[in-house]
Amino acid sequence: MKRHFRVWRGDASGGDLRDFDVEVNEGEVVLDIIHRLQATEAPDLACRWNCKAGKCGSCSMEINGKPRLGCMTRMSTFEENETVTITPIRTFPIIRDLVTDVSFNYEKARQTPAFAPPHGVAPGEYRMQQVDVERSQEFRKCIECFLCQNTCHVIRDHDENKPAFSGPRFFIRAAELDMHPLDALPDRKEYAQASQGLGFCNITKCCTEVCPEHIKITDNAIIPMKERVVDRRYDPLVWLGRKILRRDQLSDDNMAPSTSPGVAGTSGGVPSSRARLPEGAPVGADGHMDIAELVAPLQGGLSPFGEDITFPLPPEEVTYNHPDPGRK
Amino acid sequence: MTTTATRPGGGGKARAAIAARTLRTDRWWLAPLVTFIGLGAWVTYATVRVFMHKWFFVDEYHYLTPFYSPCITDACGDAAMFGTPLPKFFLLPEAAFTLPFLLLFRLTCYYYRKAYYRAFWLSPPACAVPDGHKSYSGETRFPLIFQNAHRYAFYAAVIISVINTWDAVHAQTTGLGLGNVILWVNVIMLWAYTLSCHSCRHIAGGRLKHFSKHPVRYRFWTFVSKLNTRHMQLAWITLGTLALTDFYIMGLAADWFTDLRIIN
Amino acid sequence: MSTRIERHLYDVVVIGAGGAGLRAAIEARLAGKRTAIISKSLFGKAHTVMAEGGAAAAMGNVNSKDNWMVHFRDTMRGGKFLNNFRMAELHAKEAPERIWELETYGALFDRTKDGKISQRNFGGHEYPRLAHVGDRTGLELIRTLQQKIVSLQQEDFAETGSYDSRIRVFQETTVTELLLDGDRVAGAFGYYRESGEFLLFEAPAVVLATGGVGRSYKVTSNSWEYTGDGHALALRAGATLINMEFLQFHPTGMVWPPSVKGILVTESVRGDGGVLRNSEGKRFMFDYVPDVFRKQYAETEEEADRWYTDPDNNRRPPELLPRDEVARAINSEVKAGRGSPAGGVYLDVSTRMPAEQIIRRLPSMHHQFKELADVDITKEPMEVGPTCHYVMGGIEVDPDSGAALGTVQGLFAAGEVSGGMHGSNRLGGNSLSDLLVFGKRAGEHASAYVDSLGSRPKPSKVDVAAAAEVALGPLVREGGENPYTLQQDLQAVMGDLVGIIRREGELSDALKKLQELRVRVANVSASGGRRYNPGWHLAIDLRNMLVVSECTAKAALEREESRGGHTREDFPKMSPEWRRVNLVCSLEESGEVHLERKPVPRMRNELFDLFERSELAKYLTEEELAELEAV
Repeated sequence: MKRHFRVWRGDASGGDLRDFDVEVNEGEVVLDIIHRLQATEAPDLACRWNCKAGKCGSCSMEINGKPRLGCMTRMSTFEENETVTITPIRTFPIIRDLVTDVSFNYEKARQTPAFAPPHGVAPGEYRMQQVDVERSQEFRKCIECFLCQNTCHVIRDHDENKPAFSGPRFFIRAAELDMHPLDALPDRKEYAQASQGLGFCNITKCCTEVCPEHIKITDNAIIPMKERVVDRRYDPLVWLGRKILRRDQLSDDNMAPSTSPGVAGTSGGVPSSRARLPEGAPVGADGHMDIAELVAPLQGGLSPFGEDITFPLPPEEVTYNHPDPGRK
Repeated sequence: MTTTATRPGGGGKARAAIAARTLRTDRWWLAPLVTFIGLGAWVTYATVRVFMHKWFFVDEYHYLTPFYSPCITDACGDAAMFGTPLPKFFLLPEAAFTLPFLLLFRLTCYYYRKAYYRAFWLSPPACAVPDGHKSYSGETRFPLIFQNAHRYAFYAAVIISVINTWDAVHAQTTGLGLGNVILWVNVIMLWAYTLSCHSCRHIAGGRLKHFSKHPVRYRFWTFVSKLNTRHMQLAWITLGTLALTDFYIMGLAADWFTDLRIIN
Repeated sequence: MSTRIERHLYDVVVIGAGGAGLRAAIEARLAGKRTAIISKSLFGKAHTVMAEGGAAAAMGNVNSKDNWMVHFRDTMRGGKFLNNFRMAELHAKEAPERIWELETYGALFDRTKDGKISQRNFGGHEYPRLAHVGDRTGLELIRTLQQKIVSLQQEDFAETGSYDSRIRVFQETTVTELLLDGDRVAGAFGYYRESGEFLLFEAPAVVLATGGVGRSYKVTSNSWEYTGDGHALALRAGATLINMEFLQFHPTGMVWPPSVKGILVTESVRGDGGVLRNSEGKRFMFDYVPDVFRKQYAETEEEADRWYTDPDNNRRPPELLPRDEVARAINSEVKAGRGSPAGGVYLDVSTRMPAEQIIRRLPSMHHQFKELADVDITKEPMEVGPTCHYVMGGIEVDPDSGAALGTVQGLFAAGEVSGGMHGSNRLGGNSLSDLLVFGKRAGEHASAYVDSLGSRPKPSKVDVAAAAEVALGPLVREGGENPYTLQQDLQAVMGDLVGIIRREGELSDALKKLQELRVRVANVSASGGRRYNPGWHLAIDLRNMLVVSECTAKAALEREESRGGHTREDFPKMSPEWRRVNLVCSLEESGEVHLERKPVPRMRNELFDLFERSELAKYLTEEELAELEAV
């Protein structure tokens, strides 16, 4: 049976909803329809997908205006004569068709301090009770589909909040680590409030509503983190105590270089690379080049002509025909 | 990890040009509308009742409406159980010490915040529906930063729940009627709502890193967590029981109907 | 069309961002090498997330009798003694360390009562051995490694001001060709999927960790990425593939509804009490216990049921036989007309335990069936059937270093793309630990190889230009065939003719059809431009799928016995003679696949001593047994 679909097609320069009539079989999901479109009418229709089982979180899209995973939206949930509208997720810049540039999330991930292993506990000696790890385990179910990030109105409707706001995905990451029984970093609450923009959240719970893994993002992560921040920031007694005991600096030992015995005595953590810095000339958010430029074996970007060419070229290697105005 | 940000020629940063503000086809406006009407009606009723200054106490059975408890102005008469330190004044509610805290407790409640941010402030009205405002700073500055004070309102609410319980016990001394049952149901629901509070969950055990080292608090936390999943339902149920209790006592005090007595 | 090529210099380039790739990259970065990770999809979406059961490591947390020797024995038994013994040995010895290491990266496994990592039972493993997190262990593993890489990038940021200064992830980037300088690897050529722009990585060492080949099959649990890229890249670079005929068909994939056909139902459903029934309601697995396993498996339903609570005094239920046995059993039941309407059998937990227990022990299975199939597994049985899941064969590597054999130097492989470790059949849970053990080794040895080099190899401009031309081919050509049609045809050939049960006639037929397909694939064309064009991407990948499929078909035709993941209807017995033979594929100058026989390395005597002679007698030739007696 053929059903009517509208799929957004286009790129950063513009685009619109295109109409398609596609065959739908029993038991199919929206992603099957996209695949059928690719195999028939629109071979270059861009769409991300991987596992097709709701485990990788690649096929995030908006179906009839709702942020969903294409592989987890069964066609049987729609009326037979209903038009199904499929658009890319709105919050992030478009690349093409249903594919968006989700790099925002990876940048925020890099800014979230990583797990800090406890000092003096050897691998294999970690002891944790199941009740203590369960809360964090819930957050580790996250498949990083970024639907919560997409639906959160703080950045969906207010692009200017993006620098200051990390989004629900990284609130649950902060909560996960703060509740991790062996995490050695003393305080992630301050970080969540000051750097992740926890205060922007007005707990309207859309992240929880769209989560395909049914993680209770708001109740189990964001609100507990807000309460933990209250412990530190807004509890007058605690605040006073911290001022007196000067315990409000974030410890930085989570940045201690990691070590590894490596092979054949190659020591860990020591850069002994022979390759040049890979990047062109990366600039930070402030528009300045980062300090790595100075310590790099070679400054500036790579030569577009390749490394092995030195200028000036010997004249006999240059192919050049002098224009002869007399010739026709 | 991603490199698109620094890659030259990586394309524009524009979002997809989708004309419609929302493509949702379901009745997404229904939930905020119901919330708007429900909360609006309740607030109107409560405001009217609080400033009526009458029909709040049934002397015969010691029924005191929760809206006037504890009664502490000169208008209270026999309803006063903690003295009457305040004068009678038409702008002053009879429960002047407690009503502001109750209001604060509900106003800063994590559920009500969701409800009124969506239904009244339209920020956002529903998921994937655009915010009704141009700019947004959330709860990062004055006055909304004071939402963080929810915990202190919770402490106050616990004390007030104790007072409400005392009201119910006090009314019990005269026998048993339908009014007593209503008072008890109201008090039990109020306790359930108060204890299901997110701040309570945090204080009970949520703040701990190692549950295994605090088995008693862990059990308490588990209990509160179970209640907490019903925080929204309890929030609405208590609005209902509060209004019902108040209305029943108003009716008795105004002699619209008489109490159905079971004993005595 | 522009042929601007972005150039990057690295010490180690890791192709593939699944478990093995990430582990290799971590190791290379820890050894101080500038490392690039190349991922076909977004970072953290690799197929590793689909692994559900757990990671096998003999930590002995649940049953203290477990140790590496038992694990080694199980692995060899599972692989029917065709495994590279040294790899199986290293794997069994090093797996626990690798798992413990993950905890220092922040992984949170399920715990035992005394706070250690909990371990669960799994098919083919003698003791509870699989470290797990509910049934989403693969996700935990990839997320942990991903977060470790981020934490390394944070260290670099603190030191140099750039997150990317020592380890950089190129996501949504595909490598189409490896570049050589003589016999040495000099770099890799690829394109950004997003923009279609080309890149050139100059690097003396490349680690391949691209996973498997499942996309060549109709029914598969694998994602679109599994097009055998690493296998094909290695072949073209002069490396060899071994034992490509061994494909694991996971016995329990979903067969209904059609949209989810192939998606896995984890083995732990059976480990936790699920049973297989045919349409007559019979628990048929008791009829399919092969002689080699007779001693370890229960013969009555009562004994099997007792095992779940008292594993020490009872034999395990036959549902927990190695995967190939179960897959074949299901296949026979369906062929005998006792299958379910959709062509599978019933897997039932609903009558075996209370609903809450099912939801607690198999949360993501419950979720998966509810959301994808609208089936409540606490109330009704699932319909399952075999699905192409894993390829045991792969790049022939040096067991200790992961360096690819053949003529090429500087090429390393780890994970599913490498071969040998699992022999003819992989035990569940061994792949996650395989990723970690050999991922680390490949990264480590790639770094050591870079240090040992005198001068950096350089890719030649001619090769780069040629690679660019090949990649642009499908876009330039007009009027060629649609890549999706070609893929379907290839899947049909492989699924129908080189499937679970193979016959000589069908295999030679398959080879003929693959030859025809090769002509068509050379002429494939894709419409649209270079920006995120999935049709073009598939057109490029088809070439890889085709050459790997040829290896599989050729090797399957050559091996005249049935063993593990290779079943020949015309040669149903396992042959001790064939156990001594590895089939090795290489690519000739002309582009033809060349197949040759190589002896399987002989296991060391002290490892032979771990097995009873009577067991060895089932696998070894008279000659080998006599030789053993003599020692």
